[in-house]
Amino acid sequence: MFASFGVLPMDVILGVVVFWLALGTAGLVLQNSRFITRIIFPLGALGSLVLAGAALAGLNEVSTAILPLGLPDLPFHLRMDALSAFFLLLLGSASIGISLFSAGYFHGMPKSALGPLCLEYHIFLAGMALVFLADDAYLFMVAWESMALSSYFLVTTDHDHPEVRRAGFLYLLIAHVGAIAILMCFGVMHGGHGGHGGYTFDAMRHGQLPAFWASVTFFLALFGFGAKAGILPLHAWLPEAHPAAPSPVSAMMSGIMLKTAIYGILRVTFDLLDVQLWWWGVFALALGLLTALFGVIFAAVQSDMKRLLAFSSIENIGFILTGIGLTIIFHDSHKEALAALALTATLYHALNHAFMKGLLFLGTGSILHATGERHLGKLGGLIRRMPELALLMLVGALALAGLPPLNGFVSEWLLLQAFLLSPGLPQPYVNMLVPIAAAALALAAALAGYVMVKFYGVIFLGQPRDSSLAEVHDAGLWERIGMLCMAVGCIALGVFPSFVILHLDFVTEMLVHHSLSASAAKTGWLLLTPIEAERASYGPLVLLLIIVGGSLLTAFAVKKFYHGRVRRGPAWDCGFPAQTARMQDTAEGFGQPIRQIFEWYMGVVRQVPAPFDRHPHFHSETHDLLWNIFYAPAKRMNDAAGKLMGKLQHGRIHIYLLYSFVTLLALLAFVR
Amino acid sequence: MNIPFSGQIINMCAALLLLIAFAMLSQRRILSLINLFALQGLILAVSTSVVAYSSHQVHLYYSAALTLLLKAVALPLILHRLIRKLNVKWDVETLFNIPTTMLAGLALVVFAFNLAAPISQMAGTITKSTLGIAMASVLLSFLMMITRSKAVPQVVGFLAMENGLFFAATSATYGMPMVVELGIALDVLVGMLILGIFFFQIRTAFDSLDLEHMEKLKED
Repeated sequence: MFASFGVLPMDVILGVVVFWLALGTAGLVLQNSRFITRIIFPLGALGSLVLAGAALAGLNEVSTAILPLGLPDLPFHLRMDALSAFFLLLLGSASIGISLFSAGYFHGMPKSALGPLCLEYHIFLAGMALVFLADDAYLFMVAWESMALSSYFLVTTDHDHPEVRRAGFLYLLIAHVGAIAILMCFGVMHGGHGGHGGYTFDAMRHGQLPAFWASVTFFLALFGFGAKAGILPLHAWLPEAHPAAPSPVSAMMSGIMLKTAIYGILRVTFDLLDVQLWWWGVFALALGLLTALFGVIFAAVQSDMKRLLAFSSIENIGFILTGIGLTIIFHDSHKEALAALALTATLYHALNHAFMKGLLFLGTGSILHATGERHLGKLGGLIRRMPELALLMLVGALALAGLPPLNGFVSEWLLLQAFLLSPGLPQPYVNMLVPIAAAALALAAALAGYVMVKFYGVIFLGQPRDSSLAEVHDAGLWERIGMLCMAVGCIALGVFPSFVILHLDFVTEMLVHHSLSASAAKTGWLLLTPIEAERASYGPLVLLLIIVGGSLLTAFAVKKFYHGRVRRGPAWDCGFPAQTARMQDTAEGFGQPIRQIFEWYMGVVRQVPAPFDRHPHFHSETHDLLWNIFYAPAKRMNDAAGKLMGKLQHGRIHIYLLYSFVTLLALLAFVR
Repeated sequence: MNIPFSGQIINMCAALLLLIAFAMLSQRRILSLINLFALQGLILAVSTSVVAYSSHQVHLYYSAALTLLLKAVALPLILHRLIRKLNVKWDVETLFNIPTTMLAGLALVVFAFNLAAPISQMAGTITKSTLGIAMASVLLSFLMMITRSKAVPQVVGFLAMENGLFFAATSATYGMPMVVELGIALDVLVGMLILGIFFFQIRTAFDSLDLEHMEKLKED
């Protein structure tokens, strides 16, 4: 498409990056809130569209470039291959809707805050694009850190609130711990070959690491990127930062930024390292399952809608990590077809999650704008006040619940297919454990459905739980357009899986040297058959037609044959006429069974009223036990070390200077 | 002992630098301290350009010009303006009496020469004998920072220490790479500006530039 104009896709993408940076700067300089929201953000969305198109065009080619930026003698290396192009496609296509939504969402913000926000937002986008393009450790770290820092400032947009500052700090801390691990991972790979130009990925690709050091690299990458992705036990920042950030930022972080970490893990494991060991896969698989279960169980007991979605993001990252683990296991056992299947499912889920979680986070933004309330206990019945929002959110909720014919189902189904096809692995214990893992995955998927019923039901159905909800208006036009883009993405990805897999093939071909589409589209593009038609196949378009046709037919039949005999009457009041909105099932009530079952898994603090208390008060809080296991001791140790160091402090500047003087003299005498 | 003329000039500059370092250590008045600092910068620029001339290193000319501009003109001017604004050009208190400090300084010079001896033997440059002096002036400036109780002399000490380091770099290795040098020059300038702001902040907070007051900041 672009080649016919003599322009490489990568040039177009670099152009978009520069365009984004220029837009951000323009927003900061001009500080005109109407201009920023009505011109800059839509233009940013246009840039995303161009980026997505270029990435799609660049899926089947490899192009490299060297930018003479950076330090002298240390230029930036760029490379776009199928893996980068796929993630750039994810970034571009998912950020169109988010930028359009932002055009509406940030309207009316004070312009002193809007200018910097516009700059950070576009730096964030550009940083993520450069992470995907980087072909050396240097540019990668620069892009990675600018992404982390700009997102930190975006999270702390409402920095007047102390809890927002605290959330931002936690995010920054974990992001930096992760960045150190990533740096060390590159360092180990750099040591693998020595020589000049060692910081480029190209040199690392040709390096030969012994198994021990390869494992060290893999685990450093898993830790470092896991901190960004929210893999257990580095998930603590997600449920804090997502509620604190403005909703489009949450959507961007959850939908797209978490995927940069997935990109990093895939890049290091399958591209930069020349060996993959099966036990890494087992570890990643187990960790992914734990993360998924942890996320979904905690999502079920949340009563803050954005926290709930944040935990659901942890769950989805767990899913993706499980897929990566499975890919490694298959790849190491030379079952390339299965590895391609698992990898396809992984990538597909990453793409899907960007759209469905983005959509839901944007929706929470509209709800927050309309009602000023994040707590599920104060919402309810919004389907009558915000019907269009409710419809869009329904798409997202159904997709996240993994129901056909939407996109969430396809990737989860593919992953489960990969699990079911796994017998025949050479490692007998792995062979036995895989069905258990599949069962755990199914449990997580089912609980995700439960979570979405709770999320959607409590917000949109029933009666308004607060009288202030009566005069709520539907979301603005820009916001609805943005969400519509995401919803269309969810539906399209669900209905045309064969097309998506056709494009994913470039990536699987590159990483595991096998592609899926030959078998997937064997029976025509209408039917998706991951391995062979006799085993399993799925025709989403047929399903969609049946669902739509069946519903229309039923509606028609009801209208035609029962018309006039339909009566509207009051719902049965269970014999108790004085019902109020407070008598509905609450978010806490809905999550109670899960809380009961998994109480050992989480710290529950409950305050139950005495039987004869005239003003009974019930209070229940759920804590993350992992915080006490991992984070609290680290904090205590840090504090203790700080106290110890404090003993050196006398408050006299001369003493401090003397410290360094004596150190200097001692070192000089030592090297003498 | 056959030293070329340029080498003799450099040796003389080195001797002057050491002398100035001692003069700074013993100087009680801030105004003279700054003038000494400017003189030090001038000598540094001269010696750098002589090294550049004798070794045909073009980039050293740039750094000599930079040194002249920054350390002999710009920084002293900034410091002069600062002390005029802060009105602190008079005597400074030292923590120890000056003869004691000078004795300690002597010991440091001996230590520095002792330290530099093996390196000087290995260095093949025409300026190898000056490394010890450079090291000594770094240590002496450091000592000055420790023994002064007011903020401005400490900053002068800090800047003089950078001068010594610069001299060490030119004398031992024909200067650092240009990038590093530019970076350090920028750092010094920015550091000076920031410290200038700190002076005003310290004075508004404590009504004095005496750093002893900062002991109150200690947390128990």
